[in-house]
Amino acid sequence: MMRELYTQIIMDHYRSPRNRGELAGAEVEEHLLNPLCGDEITVYANFQDGKATEVKFEGRGCSISQASASMMTEKLLGKNREEAEAEIERFKTMMVGEEKFPETEDLAALRGVIQYPSRIKCATLAWDAFRRGLGGKE
Amino acid sequence: MYDVEKVRKDFPILERRVSEKRLVYLDNAATSQKPRRVLDALSEYYEVHNANIHRAVHRLAEEATAAYEEAREKVASFLGAPDVRSLVFTRGTTESTNLVAYAWGRKNLREGDEVVLTETEHHSNLVPWQLAARATGAKLRFIPILEDGTLDMEEAERLIGSRTKLVACIHASNVLGTINPIEELAELAHGVGALMLVDGAQSAPHMPVDVGASGCDFFACSGHKMLGPTGVGVLWGKPEVLEEMDPFLSGGEMIREVHLDHATWNDLPYKFEAGTMNIAQAIGLGAAIDYLNYVGMENIREHERRLGEYAYEKIREVEGGTVYGPEKGRTGLVSFSLPDVHPHDLSQILDEAGIAIRSGNHCAQPLMRRLGVAATSRASLYLYNTEEEVDALVGALEHAREFFGACSP
Repeated sequence: MMRELYTQIIMDHYRSPRNRGELAGAEVEEHLLNPLCGDEITVYANFQDGKATEVKFEGRGCSISQASASMMTEKLLGKNREEAEAEIERFKTMMVGEEKFPETEDLAALRGVIQYPSRIKCATLAWDAFRRGLGGKE
Repeated sequence: MYDVEKVRKDFPILERRVSEKRLVYLDNAATSQKPRRVLDALSEYYEVHNANIHRAVHRLAEEATAAYEEAREKVASFLGAPDVRSLVFTRGTTESTNLVAYAWGRKNLREGDEVVLTETEHHSNLVPWQLAARATGAKLRFIPILEDGTLDMEEAERLIGSRTKLVACIHASNVLGTINPIEELAELAHGVGALMLVDGAQSAPHMPVDVGASGCDFFACSGHKMLGPTGVGVLWGKPEVLEEMDPFLSGGEMIREVHLDHATWNDLPYKFEAGTMNIAQAIGLGAAIDYLNYVGMENIREHERRLGEYAYEKIREVEGGTVYGPEKGRTGLVSFSLPDVHPHDLSQILDEAGIAIRSGNHCAQPLMRRLGVAATSRASLYLYNTEEEVDALVGALEHAREFFGACSP
């Protein structure tokens, strides 16, 4: 059971997060707190010619929230604003079980989280922050 | 000799299995499990006596009223309340503190007055006072804690002064397990003409309490944390103080005479019991008190003191483990953190082992900030927990540390 949730991919992103760190003066900078558990995250992005050339995050939280943030930075790199919004929407839909996870991507490792409703907010924290940073809906 | 196995047999839920393991329930500070006799009291009430109280003249109403008032007497005697009239049933500790903040606070606090609280308050004894302060212009002051989690009493002496109108304090911390010196604080409060409110949510279930001897003016606690049902709690207040207060909630039952443009109030405690109360739950709480008395509060305290110190020591021995609060003079709850394991991840891993603990800020965000953590894990023990269960917890902590351990840089 536990290994279904804490898959190798999640543990790998948790232990060696991609694109972790501050991006001072970034075009997009958004901080979000999960008041239920005190987890917090800040996401950053810079765009060039309309595409995200840098996406970073920092914060503290559980393995699910940190791994999901790390995966998000990889997913959104190179996307323009509309594409990024669409990816976030698609991820949120996956996390409520209404869309399939892409089998070939790291994101599929988060599938196990759906079984634990109290943890879904952990997985979506960074994505919600990024969407807010883009000026989109919550 | 305290026979914990005999006690366990009285709690049906402890037979339950979680993740194919026997349930190890260590979240008692959130809510306690219920013994058979409380469950029986609830169903007997609904099957045999159910009626509204204090109103009708028929057999069921007489029986329901008698059972409800008998429960009040049981709780009053359990808390050492000298006068049963000043024992008010509420929905829980939160409603009790709100009752005082509205019915006493709004009437008596003025601009320039001060309410002295502590840094360790549960939100339920903090936010009601923030609102009361906002409504009246009074100011809040906070007694800090020392490094070991105990109150800085020198600072308390300095803070409690001529402007102080109320000192309000948790009796036992739901995070640190500290037991606060409420008698000393009550003396300081009375020395400057202030009143003393004690939030006993984490003390009344676990140790003998004597509100008369403690010197406090208000004492609040919750039924569901002391083997009773949810939805019922208690506010005890000195009768002369309660008499002077305005009502809190208003409507049926709390009145004496009602005209279209005004009304007069019922006697204590009914002045504060508006509408149909949680009758079955109050009777269930009475049954819980019977059970606590049958086991003996001194015995329960001694069992938890011993087991709490054992847990504190064992968890501290886990590599890298940090435990919060003082080593001695504590209740049977231990807050802790492990270096590479987030409290949420830990709760999840323990759940797989059938172990229920709490992780988060424990409704004490200011205290979390003071401790410099976003969240902690908390194992809270009660009369039915055993040394084997603490060992199971510690074993699972070791396992979690190994699983997440490689994260450290």
